Amino acid sequence: MTTPLQVAAAPHLKGEMTTPRIMWGAVGSLVPVVAAATWFFGPSALLVVGSSTLGAVTTERLLGPPGALGDGSAMITGMLLGLTLPAGIPLWMAFLGSVFGIALGKVIFGGLGFNVFNPALLGRAFLQASFPVAITTWPGRPESWAALRGDNFAFPFASPQPDVITEATPLGLRKFEGADTPLWDLVTGSTGGSLGETAGIVILLCGAYLAARNYLNWRTPVSLLATTAVLSGALHLLDAARYPPPLFMLFSGGLLLGAVFMATDPVTSPVTNRGRWIFGAGIAALVVVIRVWGGLPEGVMYAILLMNALVPFINRATQPRVFGTRLAQAAT
Amino acid sequence: MIGRNGFRHGVHPPERKELTSAVPIRRMPFPDEVVLPVRQHTGKPARIIVRRGERVERGDTLALADGFISSPVHASASGTVADIDWWPHPDGTSALAIRIAVDRYSPQVPRPRLVPAWNGLAPAEVVRAVQEAGVVGLGGAAFPTHVKLAPPKDQPVELILVNGAECEPYLTTDHRIMVEYPQRVHFGIRIMMHALGVQRAVIGVEKNKPDAIERLRETKPADLDVSVLPLRVKYPQGAEKMLIRSVLGREVPSGKLPSSVGVVVQNAGSVACLAEVFETGLPLVERIVTVTGEGVRRPANLIVPVGTKVGDAIRYCGGLTEDAAEIVFGGPMMGISQATLDTPIVKGTTGVLVLTRAQVPSRRVYPCIHCGRCLDACPVFLNPALLGQLARKGRYREMEAAHLADCMLCASCSYVCPSNIPLAQLFQAAKVGLRRQKASAA
Repeated sequence: MTTPLQVAAAPHLKGEMTTPRIMWGAVGSLVPVVAAATWFFGPSALLVVGSSTLGAVTTERLLGPPGALGDGSAMITGMLLGLTLPAGIPLWMAFLGSVFGIALGKVIFGGLGFNVFNPALLGRAFLQASFPVAITTWPGRPESWAALRGDNFAFPFASPQPDVITEATPLGLRKFEGADTPLWDLVTGSTGGSLGETAGIVILLCGAYLAARNYLNWRTPVSLLATTAVLSGALHLLDAARYPPPLFMLFSGGLLLGAVFMATDPVTSPVTNRGRWIFGAGIAALVVVIRVWGGLPEGVMYAILLMNALVPFINRATQPRVFGTRLAQAAT
Repeated sequence: MIGRNGFRHGVHPPERKELTSAVPIRRMPFPDEVVLPVRQHTGKPARIIVRRGERVERGDTLALADGFISSPVHASASGTVADIDWWPHPDGTSALAIRIAVDRYSPQVPRPRLVPAWNGLAPAEVVRAVQEAGVVGLGGAAFPTHVKLAPPKDQPVELILVNGAECEPYLTTDHRIMVEYPQRVHFGIRIMMHALGVQRAVIGVEKNKPDAIERLRETKPADLDVSVLPLRVKYPQGAEKMLIRSVLGREVPSGKLPSSVGVVVQNAGSVACLAEVFETGLPLVERIVTVTGEGVRRPANLIVPVGTKVGDAIRYCGGLTEDAAEIVFGGPMMGISQATLDTPIVKGTTGVLVLTRAQVPSRRVYPCIHCGRCLDACPVFLNPALLGQLARKGRYREMEAAHLADCMLCASCSYVCPSNIPLAQLFQAAKVGLRRQKASAA
């Protein structure tokens, strides 16, 4: 009996789930989404996602706390940002967006767990403000799958090559040209858009897997998607010609990607379950408002960022009732 | 009307009771020395009345209760008082303790009937006899039993709730008592009913102990209104407030005792102990303890003299394995790990759990990611994520406003935290810190 005894605080056993497991689980479930994007957009997809991921990981490594790469969260940010970009965007922009997202969206707040806004979306907002043309240039289909979908290798601040075939997104078509996209094209992803916007079915399957494994809290996406369906459904019933049907709203733009992978970011969403219902519903309401009445065709990014800012208030308003504090408590 | 509701939240740690749940209780031989701390109960420490070198017999009083919320300490073996000095205490501190060198040639037969026979005692006399017998709760907190038998007059007790949940993983003490001594549990209930003037009792047992439920039902005396209620297997089902919620659907108001909803809760082993004291006439000098875990060679349920050093009990169970790393008094969720094999097993020690190196790796702490798993685990609906943030900054007053006092340190939050934040430990420290802040302010 000479074994040295270890002394530790209770509990002496721990559950299986760890933060790196949650984060790497999300990274793993983004792989099929990236694969789908590559299927639709060719090698450009891999180049864009790869460069944004490289930007995120490098920035976290250089500026973040030691060992922070191991938790996997920078990887998620990089991959997600890449998936919100068009296939033809110059790679340096994707890289720069990630650098901004990690440096000014995350590290500056204190790193993982302390950021207010979703870093990937902050990076995208930065790109949208800085390079409004590049980020809304949606490439069309070239003859060859292997052809690049734009001038990916453009030098920084060089004029973009104008000779690329472009295509409008379903939301853009609807907003600016009043044209509808067949629902089947939306579901199967054969439309224009950002890399991760078109693989609706794959995103839903990955989300279901993450929820079933308890990697993400299902309440946020369910609330978000259900509210979107209800609100757009109600509008559609009012005036079917002016307002698009609910399934169009669900499968177009970045709604599914945002609902499954961005609104569920635990750090920037409410900590209470009731709060998550409100958070999801709030994003949905903002998305519908922006898409239907706003000047932009798409509003998922701003909707999530706006609701991120409200998280502390939602948390405060939805604190659970502590056991034994009900006012009506009577000794029956 | 009973048992429909259960309690919400909680966690499901691996049960690991199979190591000892089928091992019959057996008596361990007397060790060479027993160490009896004067503080083995909630309340004021007992006052020592023996001196070094004095000869004592098994059952003799060594220290007297100091006031009503206090409990005496008795010699758990015949021998000589070797020393009275500070000694490692199971709570991690040290306490004044009486060391008895056990007389190896003594038959260890106690003086006849130190506790009066139960028949014909008035309730108040039962309460006094229980205190003098040193009976305390054996489920961990060691609250003096006689105090529970004398509740405040303005809070009438309607129901005795016997806690046979034993929700801590690994432990099988109460399980084996209910299987092997079910009559004692019923007899203990009879005594409690007499002392409290209560007609009705419910025994709550988690469903993972079907043999205990069956034995208790088989042996139920016809004249007692006792029902056995199977409970869902979930931690912390055995927490007093959770148990009352599960059985009666009532919430004990925040900051109040179970008596405020007309219930007295007593753990099954303590009820059986109460019966045993009156049966044998011997004060509380021994207890049943589960010695278990992957780090012990032959896990067992043992009757040990109170004050047996943990090393002696482990040696009797075949010793530690090569990879044993941590010795815990109590279960893995709330138990306290011990720095030395000399710590005595006291009245409140429910089990000795030895974990292996692989079970207790050092775990890196990550930042809180606000995933909310702790909120979904907390059985009293606190916000451990917020409390943890405040605790790390020493903002104890704000924690008080966020209901720190309602935290019972069940550690469900720490168990589920994916970032390995030691929430329960932070809260325990905060409770101490808050008390100090208040004391220095006053």
